[in-house]
Amino acid sequence: MSQATAFVNIGDLRKGRQVLSETIDTPEAGGGCGTTGGAGKASCGSSGGPDDMPPEIWEKVKNHPCYSEEAHHHYARMHVAVAPACNIQCNYCNRKYDCSNESRPGVVSQKLTPDQAVKKVLTVASEIPQMTVLGIAGPGDSLANPKKTFDTMRMLHEQAPDIKLCLSTNGLALPDQVDEICRYNIDHVTITINMVDPVVGAKIYPWIFWNHRRVTGVEASRILHERQMLGLEMLTARGVLTKINSVLIPGINDEHLIEVNREVKKRGAFLHNIMPLISEAEHGTHFGLTGQRGPTAQELKAVQDACAGGANLMRHCRQCRADAVGLLGEDRSEEFTLDKIEEMEIVYDLDKRRAYQEKVEHERQAQVEAKRDALAAAAHVDGVDPDMKVLVAVATEGHGKVNQHFGHATEFQIFEVSKREALFVGHRRVDLYCQGGYGEDEQLPSIVHAINDCHAVLVSKIGACPRDELKAAGIEPVEEYAHEFIEKAALSWFGGYRERIARGELVHEVRGDARIRQGAYTGTVEAAA
Amino acid sequence: MALKIIASQCTGCSACEPECPNVAISEKGGTFVINPKKCTECEGQFDSPQCIAVCPVDGCIKPA
Repeated sequence: MSQATAFVNIGDLRKGRQVLSETIDTPEAGGGCGTTGGAGKASCGSSGGPDDMPPEIWEKVKNHPCYSEEAHHHYARMHVAVAPACNIQCNYCNRKYDCSNESRPGVVSQKLTPDQAVKKVLTVASEIPQMTVLGIAGPGDSLANPKKTFDTMRMLHEQAPDIKLCLSTNGLALPDQVDEICRYNIDHVTITINMVDPVVGAKIYPWIFWNHRRVTGVEASRILHERQMLGLEMLTARGVLTKINSVLIPGINDEHLIEVNREVKKRGAFLHNIMPLISEAEHGTHFGLTGQRGPTAQELKAVQDACAGGANLMRHCRQCRADAVGLLGEDRSEEFTLDKIEEMEIVYDLDKRRAYQEKVEHERQAQVEAKRDALAAAAHVDGVDPDMKVLVAVATEGHGKVNQHFGHATEFQIFEVSKREALFVGHRRVDLYCQGGYGEDEQLPSIVHAINDCHAVLVSKIGACPRDELKAAGIEPVEEYAHEFIEKAALSWFGGYRERIARGELVHEVRGDARIRQGAYTGTVEAAA
Repeated sequence: MALKIIASQCTGCSACEPECPNVAISEKGGTFVINPKKCTECEGQFDSPQCIAVCPVDGCIKPA
């Protein structure tokens, strides 16, 4: 089976050609965490239990929203910002910047001491029973602050034993800390790896702080690279699950990430998360100030698709804030500021949390069954090109259902639908269209740009105005599947779409590329409610 | 002979604090300060002042 055929030929990336629907050889459905898996790698997609994954690994990922695409509809995570110091400098990072309306990695409003962090975690866990995962993700590097990081982890390991602990790191200090990581049962570690060639690295990392010296140039990236690979190998040997984050920087490491994918897979990485560069000038990063652009949606997808035969790809990453709280794609951190948690009562009820999580498992099972039925229904022969694939945007508030009003969406989930599968391939941030009941007309074009490569948008409801404008832009607004499970809704819509083509009612046309919104506006939850 | 952290430039990231071989750095009101009595600019201890080498903001730490 040909595994890794991209939508866009990788060599065409920089020419900026719009090529969405050139035919593709699809890898079989169901591999990987919400995406195509290669070479018999683990699947995280089915809640009935894994067919191709050892049970102990399934236990680790099944309710982890970052490691399982399907789990991210149901389970929440939180980050605590206890580790502000860093030991390297990246050209896409400027830690001076903080804005409560901005959501992206490294951004945080309040730094916490380990004691404050533990209190916050216990408070959130008693308020949000689906909160299953705690991560330390900066700002800064968790392992450049080993005392603060491991003090927090030790207390949580004792006081909240059912919460999964994770941390993320650039890898420079990782080999020295593997024993500590294992001591507190931290079984998920994310390493940011943007290169395996120090010459590429020198364009991304201006310096590292190593052995009491600031090291620059290719030498800095060579040391970083060696430490990253060593750390990854050590974690794999100890059975710790690893996720590799890579920032896709057009013209610097786009094609190179295919090699990164191969190298990290070889060393046992469980997941690879390729994220678009965020580089707005106002963030004040080196890349932002020098005009380095981020990738378009199809450029990102092309690299992700080209990696489909290697390490499993994560495509549901929301590049969330370092102090985010809630389901991926939502942020409830405002509800849990230091003064607010002081007033909250902590009732850490393990039974209540378990009962809630069992309910969620039932819901997931129903979702899997709905998908299976819809796939069976989609299999009939209708004379339309059997390899046809389209992208569909979905507005959802969670639970795996089409259950959000178009005007309330701050992001759309993108599914690639064919006769054989409805595959989650990513998400697009948008500005909120509906503010306090009024549609903001000037924001609609930006939404159209964000989902311009989609043939339809599935919503629970949509107003007359945006409906007409979407139609004019060639995107079909669909309310028909409100409150149904997403995969079933997408497959059913696609079945209808094919029938209309077969009857000659419409002609299938290729869509263009879409724009990736830089940093999500998060001050929208109250506005939408 | 001592170094000084420009408070308006300091992000409060704390990276410098544990690197100081003289324990001269401490937090004060969200940013960090160097005790000039303890600072040696790392003369005879390291190739270059450790706080400057690790600080993410160029120009934040200068001779007092």
